[in-house]
Amino acid sequence: MKARVYVRLKPSILDPQGKTVLRAAQQMGYDEVQQVRIGKLIELEIEATDKSLVENRIEELSRKLLSNPQMEEYDLEWSLDE
Amino acid sequence: MISSGHLTNNNPDITKWGVVVFPGSNCDHDGLDAIGRICDQNAIEIWHKEDHIQDLDGILLPGGFSYGDYLRAGAIARFSSVVAHLPEYVENGKLVIGICNGFQVLTESGLLPGVLMQNENIRFICKEIFIRVERTDTVFTSEYDEGQVLCIPIAHNEGNYYLPPDELDKIEEERQVVFRYCDRDGMVTSEANPNGSVNNIAGIINKKGNVLGMMPHPERRCDPILGKPDGELLFRSMINQIKTK
Repeated sequence: MKARVYVRLKPSILDPQGKTVLRAAQQMGYDEVQQVRIGKLIELEIEATDKSLVENRIEELSRKLLSNPQMEEYDLEWSLDE
Repeated sequence: MISSGHLTNNNPDITKWGVVVFPGSNCDHDGLDAIGRICDQNAIEIWHKEDHIQDLDGILLPGGFSYGDYLRAGAIARFSSVVAHLPEYVENGKLVIGICNGFQVLTESGLLPGVLMQNENIRFICKEIFIRVERTDTVFTSEYDEGQVLCIPIAHNEGNYYLPPDELDKIEEERQVVFRYCDRDGMVTSEANPNGSVNNIAGIINKKGNVLGMMPHPERRCDPILGKPDGELLFRSMINQIKTK
């Protein structure tokens, strides 16, 4: 199965990259865009038949390695192989 | 292991140092040169897979791009064998200094508080800046004068030190800030802050006082051929501290 880990900066953390992209978008005339925050998508391929067997371990991996809880938060999304 | 300086160490006046080498380190030789040749101590390279570090007097985590800075700067190096042995080493009161990428490894590993985020201006900054010595009662700064202004180069993309406000208050109260970005007169201003770090923080120590992390590169300011050797006294401070123990 697959797990997608979305890592993003906490709302309290400034995102200068997002700010720069927002400015560019507005300069291009996309005035309706009010905020841009940039994060990461990490895709994991996992050998397991049941999500419940590995969920805790992947949560732990996301906390320990894939994100830094001091400045980032993450969401996990699961899907079966097609 | 490659040695710089003294190959054998039977002289108690010669301290023994390890400079850690990760895949992607690139300031390791500057560190070896500063400690081994300039300060005339025994400095050896320590491969990141090493697990015998407890007999070293001091460890330097050098600058560079360990593991390509993939994921986050220092995020992968933090799980190396050498770094896994650091908590015990630090607990024993030995000295650790992390410079630039080494500072990032120390924050990622939790040996120092906070995080180093991308520079506020989203650029890699490589230039000489000024920092002010905030404390001289540490093992890293005893040879400096209080408030002394040092001219030291920085070279980083992620040097924007951040801590949530309540934790920031705590490290300020505990006087853990050792260096702050300032102008040439020692004034701590926002204009003198190159990367957006909170409270102009350029270097901090742990509560115990034996781990220092800093973004500027003192090892690049040790040889007089490169200008005023403002960085040398940092290494001299540490060496003197080890000798007087």
